[in-house]
Amino acid sequence: MTDFPRDALILGGNRIPFARSGGPYAGISNQDLLTAALDGLVARFSLQGEKLGEIAGGAVLKLAGDLNLTRESALGTPLDPRTPALDMSRACATSLETMVHLSNRIQLGQIDSGIACGVDSASDSPIEVTPRLRRILHRAFAAKTAMQRVKALSAIRPADLTPVPPRNGEPRTGLSMGEHQALTGAQWGITREAQDELALASHQNLAAAYDAGFFDDLVTGYRGLARDQNLRADSTLEKLGSLKPVFGVKSPQVSEPTMTAGNSTPLSDGASAVLMGSQEWADEHGLTPLARVVDARSAAVDFAHGAEGLLMAPAYAVPEMLDDNGLTLQDLDLYEIHEAFASTVLSTLAAWESEEFCREKLGRGGPLGAIDRSKLNVTGSSLAAGHPFAATGGRLVATLSKLLHQRAVETGRVQRGLISVCAAAGQGAVVLLESVTD
Amino acid sequence: MTDTAARTDTYTKFVRSAPGKLIAKQVGLPRPSTLPRRGDRPEPVLGPVVVLGSSAGAEQITRDLLGQGVDVRRRFDELRSVGSVIAVLDEISTPADLGRILLPLSGAMRSLAPGARVVTISRPARGEDPARDAARGGVEGFLRSLAHEMRGGATANGILVRDGVDLDAPGVTGALRFLLSARSAFVTGQFLTVSTADGSRTADLAKPLAGRTALVTGAARGIGAAIARTLAADGAQLVVLDVPGAGTELSRLANDLRAVPVQLDVTSDGAGDRLVAFLRERGLSLDIAVLNAGITRDKLFANMTPERWVPVLAVNISSQITLTQALIEAGDVLGDQPRVVSLASTSGIAGNRGQTNYAASKAGVIAFVGALAARLESIGGTANAVAPGFIETEMTAKMPALTREVARRLNSLQQGGLPVDVAEAIAFLASDEAGGLRGETLRVCGQNMVGK
Repeated sequence: MTDFPRDALILGGNRIPFARSGGPYAGISNQDLLTAALDGLVARFSLQGEKLGEIAGGAVLKLAGDLNLTRESALGTPLDPRTPALDMSRACATSLETMVHLSNRIQLGQIDSGIACGVDSASDSPIEVTPRLRRILHRAFAAKTAMQRVKALSAIRPADLTPVPPRNGEPRTGLSMGEHQALTGAQWGITREAQDELALASHQNLAAAYDAGFFDDLVTGYRGLARDQNLRADSTLEKLGSLKPVFGVKSPQVSEPTMTAGNSTPLSDGASAVLMGSQEWADEHGLTPLARVVDARSAAVDFAHGAEGLLMAPAYAVPEMLDDNGLTLQDLDLYEIHEAFASTVLSTLAAWESEEFCREKLGRGGPLGAIDRSKLNVTGSSLAAGHPFAATGGRLVATLSKLLHQRAVETGRVQRGLISVCAAAGQGAVVLLESVTD
Repeated sequence: MTDTAARTDTYTKFVRSAPGKLIAKQVGLPRPSTLPRRGDRPEPVLGPVVVLGSSAGAEQITRDLLGQGVDVRRRFDELRSVGSVIAVLDEISTPADLGRILLPLSGAMRSLAPGARVVTISRPARGEDPARDAARGGVEGFLRSLAHEMRGGATANGILVRDGVDLDAPGVTGALRFLLSARSAFVTGQFLTVSTADGSRTADLAKPLAGRTALVTGAARGIGAAIARTLAADGAQLVVLDVPGAGTELSRLANDLRAVPVQLDVTSDGAGDRLVAFLRERGLSLDIAVLNAGITRDKLFANMTPERWVPVLAVNISSQITLTQALIEAGDVLGDQPRVVSLASTSGIAGNRGQTNYAASKAGVIAFVGALAARLESIGGTANAVAPGFIETEMTAKMPALTREVARRLNSLQQGGLPVDVAEAIAFLASDEAGGLRGETLRVCGQNMVGK
């Protein structure tokens, strides 16, 4: 008998190249994108006809009709149709959370295998009707006589017919995510140069990884796109430096706006999937595990009252997770910190280096300290790849797992890696992975 | 076969309708026949079969067919419908012998069934005996003309068997089986040369490629996907390769066929080494490599640019050279008797206006398989090519309508071929039986009116 909890293992991943909103995936639904990512995963790991324990997926920009988005997508693949699926959501951390959910189930022995996935299409985001029109229509549908229906519908005014696109701002503050980060960045004194350098590194690292064939078994081309559309292999500091700031421009708290289209992620379309399983399941299927899930945490901050920056929750979640595992920030071999904005990554790192923040906000004896920047986002991250919200977590998990496994094989030592993802509404999710080798 | 119906072009649909038929007949427009494919005509031989000729080889062929339970006759007497005719001419010694064996067929031409098959079996001229060579050469002229005269989707092809190779050699049996079957629907007016007695008889005729592993490059769509599907239907385990941009289409094909997908740009640096590394990692050894990846960038030579010239040569021929080189040099990723089949083109034989780059690459392929066959001989392997003519694909669907319509009719069968027709020819050349065919280029063109 296996003792529980047992290891939940990352066995591999697949994603389609991420496209810019309105690009080659324009007009393609979330379901089609997710099905494509799953089809590629099935082909890579020969999962045709396989009945898995569970598929957990989700989308941030989701049509109301996509109630069972993940299940419907899975039914379009050659997987056994008796594989159950569920939809989950935590904004940009969605597919990190779907992974954690499956990890927990595998660890507890509830399932032996699963696929964690996520998808988003900013090109096909839901457009709704106004709340007033919706209520009028419901009244009309509920009407028992034609007269009542006509009466209900006669209440419609031209203004009610304006479509309502997805809200580009935090409901509690009215500020967009970029505007929020502009405030946080200014607070931490994050410079334009530092942001542009991080963005450049992201493009260069991603391009180098593609050239080296690193993504050969992580990405499956789609609709003629072989690499992430946003990737600019020939980007330079000069080019990035020539872009005009777009966030914090009108904010009195931001003396010098620094955030541009070059050091912020673009709206993107894409999907990702991660194959997970127990050791036994991996053995039965002849698959080589890449990494095991050591731990995960989530945190939230009080951004609505201004007590903390909107995207700073990971700064709290990471120290808590490291403490619980007896690790320091510097014990980690690789860091994957989601680049929502270059400024977010730099604010988080600055916070960990700040004695004041670590004492007052985290209640620690001193700062966590700096990290070795050569271990950060070594194959590029969202600034270069793009950021289809719910697909980013899956990208990070598959990428880091492969990196940890590769380096463990090369060095003969166990490798530890961190994934940190900030999310809307002041939330954050973090995960600790460890390499697995034979 | 739904595939056939779906691909029938508009003109052909029209002339098959009642009013269309009438008009076409009055005006003398081409009226393409329906070509039965494997699914439409599953029986391997359309009977009754008449074997002409009186040599020992003719007796041999007759016994073979009788052994397969086929209705075989030695004369046309009283037959109202003839399914197949095999003219065995292996022992002719003067041109006068031709008529003695072939003339009986004349009276039976109008009795040939729709989709009938005529196959000649003779030996190639070898520059020794003038009278005998004249007779042997004469077979080619006869057969090519006869193919132009065939009606109702019937075809005529020849097998040339080198002196010293008996007519019961696997290559002869295999070529005959292919040419008599519905698999050769779009092959007509062609000769296949069997140069050695190598190869082995197929154990399982329903799954001739069972236990074989086959690589198909450019497999995501069109002819490549048809090749992969056909080889898989014949029992092979598939490794399907295409550029990363076509990755998801490739994955979906792989899912259908339970194949192994490989995303690789065959023109990229170290593509051969990457393929070898991948095969080793998966523990795969290739018995069959189908080098199908190809592109067109048509332009009159006066307007030709390096951007149009270089990639066509790189994909269509250079990549074939580097891939086969890497596979051979690796030493551990090829099976015992590897079969390489390359994609040439009728443009590479006859040339084509606007295709100097493409024709250069495809003529290169034809010469390449000749040399590669010699190199592979030492390890028991073969290399051959298939030269498609006008095939109905996404690529040809983008041609200007009039050019496309003309291209379709310019062959004896008066229609474009289907991707599966090319695939069937490749499946034959990749089979165990085809071990005696070396450096051949088989045209799948409905006897396109260009070139030889």
